[in-house]
Amino acid sequence: MARYGLRFAALAYLAVLLVAPVGLVFWRTFEHGFSPAWHAVTTHDARHAFWLTILIALIAVPANTVFGVALALAIVRRRFPGKGLVNAVVDLPLALSPVVVGLALLLLYGRLGWFGPFFERHGIHVVFALPSMILATIFVSLPFVVREVVPVLREIGTEQEQAASTLGASGFQTLVRITLPAIRWAIAYGVVLTTARCLGEFGAVSVVSGHLVGRTETATLYVQDQFEGFDLTGAYAASMLLALIAIATLVAMNGFRPKEETR
Amino acid sequence: MYLGFVVLLPLAALVWRSTREGRHGFWAAVSAPEALAALRLTLVAAVVVAAINAVMGTVLAWVLVRDRFVGQGLVNALIDLPFALPTIVAGLTLVALYGPRSPVGVSVAFTRGAVVLALLFVTLPFVVRTVQPTLLELDREMEEAAASLGAGRMTVFRRIVLPNLVPAILSGVALAYARAIGEFGSVVLITGNLPFKTEVSSVYIYGQIQSGAPGTAAAVSVLLLAISLAVLLLIGAVRRWAWRHGA
Repeated sequence: MARYGLRFAALAYLAVLLVAPVGLVFWRTFEHGFSPAWHAVTTHDARHAFWLTILIALIAVPANTVFGVALALAIVRRRFPGKGLVNAVVDLPLALSPVVVGLALLLLYGRLGWFGPFFERHGIHVVFALPSMILATIFVSLPFVVREVVPVLREIGTEQEQAASTLGASGFQTLVRITLPAIRWAIAYGVVLTTARCLGEFGAVSVVSGHLVGRTETATLYVQDQFEGFDLTGAYAASMLLALIAIATLVAMNGFRPKEETR
Repeated sequence: MYLGFVVLLPLAALVWRSTREGRHGFWAAVSAPEALAALRLTLVAAVVVAAINAVMGTVLAWVLVRDRFVGQGLVNALIDLPFALPTIVAGLTLVALYGPRSPVGVSVAFTRGAVVLALLFVTLPFVVRTVQPTLLELDREMEEAAASLGAGRMTVFRRIVLPNLVPAILSGVALAYARAIGEFGSVVLITGNLPFKTEVSSVYIYGQIQSGAPGTAAAVSVLLLAISLAVLLLIGAVRRWAWRHGA
């Protein structure tokens, strides 16, 4: 009996909190068939919003992948002063409110910020434009690749790398032929998480973008605007598209995980 | 270099801005009644959410590891959904079901319950995902030994299983707490952001930015930043403690 009680409690909790709300929005979206939903996400503003979200992800994800691997290598393989601090700072975006991130960027690049006047003189718009949105997205999605790669690097040790360099491989050859293949699943998993975070970022982008419809509005901001403008169909349809992307991410995550464990 | 440019430089600008009006300015901003109310709500809601997560997360992990039923793989995959789902979408789905036009007649919109509900949604995976691997690795012989010596199921759980899980639960709870303090996207839609009632600190900061008070926003932000850092350090300490205790 206790067993069924626990099972019921767990499943009921999930149903009330997770499945029912998501299911309802799914149902509401396709209540009147597929075509209204399709029209709602193919309006000019909606297409622009999704395109902008994808564009930002296309820049932020590779940046965080390359630098994430580099950071992980530095944290695991190198000794340098302030390493503990670096470690803590890498985790900070996970715990920090995205609104605070947005504000920090605003204060750095905004009109009265440290770099604001410099960019303004050169006619470059950072705040309320694409650059600050990219920076905000990079900030919030920074930890994922690092956090996935670090434990794997610790686990594999340096024996193979040392063997390779004894046999005359250069540092670059060792990296490409030995280290990267060993951590490729961890990188892939980190990239999936980073992508999910980039596509879903809301708070930080909301602060720095200025919500200019058709210009600096990403998919998540579009959802909010449609909802607050009482265009529920638009909000639900765009949400469902984002949710479908999220579910695809889940499938990818589960695809990568077993391989990681059996390695 | 990258880390400094991307993370530290903006935060330095933030801290610098918050101190520009001197200690009095900082203090006045942080201790404004609305700011205090928002902060109190944030911290209390996060504690409530962390406590519920500690219990329900452990139950979920237990059911996923020790129980067998049809569709378990699907349930396991569902746990990660809040990580993958954009927070604004999470908020929207909650409004659709538990909002003013709720089809089931349950509306928590514009109440503090809504804050807790939204936070529960986004923090669901943390405790489950930290407890699950520990539970998987737990040696069942100890439990069997205890049971064969006449311990009841509750006794076995309380004396054998739970002590082994505590480090994992604590670290999951701390992660959930950190996440709950900073949450923004999911609470925006459903809480109505009523000052003194359902406005959390993130939303308060957002409001201050929009109404052209970056100094106030920066001061409250620095406070949140300090709390986040403290929680992160605590998580590090819990992990080291767990490491030493072999869990």
